[in-house]
Amino acid sequence: MTNTLHRFGKPDELKDDYIAFTLVCPGKNDMGSIEKARDFLKIALKYNPVNFAAESRHGPVFRPEKNLNLFRLYLRGRKEIVSPELVMDEMEPPAHAVVVFDKKQALEEFLKEIKEIDLGLSVNVSSLVEDFKEIAQRIGISPHSINYSLGFRGNLYRLPEQQVLALTTMCGHGLIASSFAKKMIDRVKERRLAPEKAARYMAKLCVCGAFNTSRAERILHEARMSKSKA
Amino acid sequence: MNIDKTKCIGCANCVPICPMGAIYIADDGLSEINQETCVECYTCYRGMSTENLLQQPTRFLRGLLAFFKLRFQPDPDICPSGAITADELTWPRILRRAFSDPQAPHESTGIGGRGTQEVKTNELTGRVKEGETGFTVEFGRPGVGVYFKEVDKVSQALAKMSVEFQPENPLTALMFNVKTGELREDVLNEKVMSCILEFKTDIAKMPDILNTIEDEIRQLDTVVALGVSVRCDSNGDDAVRDQLTSMGYDAWRAKINIGLGKHTNPAPAGEEKVS
Repeated sequence: MTNTLHRFGKPDELKDDYIAFTLVCPGKNDMGSIEKARDFLKIALKYNPVNFAAESRHGPVFRPEKNLNLFRLYLRGRKEIVSPELVMDEMEPPAHAVVVFDKKQALEEFLKEIKEIDLGLSVNVSSLVEDFKEIAQRIGISPHSINYSLGFRGNLYRLPEQQVLALTTMCGHGLIASSFAKKMIDRVKERRLAPEKAARYMAKLCVCGAFNTSRAERILHEARMSKSKA
Repeated sequence: MNIDKTKCIGCANCVPICPMGAIYIADDGLSEINQETCVECYTCYRGMSTENLLQQPTRFLRGLLAFFKLRFQPDPDICPSGAITADELTWPRILRRAFSDPQAPHESTGIGGRGTQEVKTNELTGRVKEGETGFTVEFGRPGVGVYFKEVDKVSQALAKMSVEFQPENPLTALMFNVKTGELREDVLNEKVMSCILEFKTDIAKMPDILNTIEDEIRQLDTVVALGVSVRCDSNGDDAVRDQLTSMGYDAWRAKINIGLGKHTNPAPAGEEKVS
């Protein structure tokens, strides 16, 4: 499981992408872990995460709607996000949880509080190394182990263009197709779709909740602007 | 995965949704899935919102609107008639789903997901110790996919360097000989979204291992996402970053375990609790 590690982008393009997640280790700290993982998520809510997920078969806050009908489509309107409380209620073992922030300050405040309440669960951060080190020094935490992304290798001719790759690699399981990301970019450029809406369409395909909707909106907005400049 | 032709209205919304590009509009104007290209990731089936429009009236309406140069265009994430169906999978095709759908059950490999917890719970498992380096070689990512026969070539090359394959990894479970890195012959022609070769070695061997990986993957028709993990010292520093940078790798992004995990389960009778 390396689903948050390999996000495409240069360091200055990853300054709004911070993921924190908690994991249980079976046989070591799994007893009572659901309540602890819920505490992890409740604390995260104070710092306005842009995506939010718990281990469950139902998915993160952004999810597809099954059994739509004319009433739901045209009178009530689309409902692309469920409440964080529902996500927490649906949590199943093993109690893993993921939150995505778009601000370094939010991650810092969140980690500070998580360190203080001492849940006993493993907590990992996926971000730029320098940003993490800066935070770690300020709040007095230290990395135990580190897993570096060394990027992509092999037949790179098979990869799509950079803006598409920046969007699709935010779902590490690869569930956001490059053709769909390209379609979203094109529709945003054509002003047939708002960046916020397009970001949500993509977020619904990412079942683990690691997709950063805020960064996606920025990328889509930039794609639109680059078109108008041209 | 399949398309129910008695339901599909041919809107083509599912075509770009497929991460492997396996869905297309056939000569009858309805969607079809190329079964060889499909990796059973369930993205189309699970990820699309669904409406329950009836096929015949909807196709008639689409035809009528088209006649007047108008379009019926559902939101891009909707299958308007819920036409995508999931097949019952058997061995070895069931492996496609086990490795490609993060929500799949794992009867086929006996191990959940594409990989393991790696160093994400290292403070409790001690999986990668000081003086060791962990590697994750993820084939097919991002968004290209891979056949096990391509993975087999690299796993055999690495086995010759006496690496220690992670026993809990589902790809290791498909090796009929962990010493040689050979995968089972009956799985070689199966394609998955991605799979991770996970192993560790002595830290001194890291440059040689990376060079071997680079040589092997250059010959593949897919892409690979490469990761290296290490245990930090008491100051939070590690022994590999400078070395990686000097080898030309951009080690600017990482997944960092901050070491908050503790043994909190009650110790079994007769055993002392360790924290």
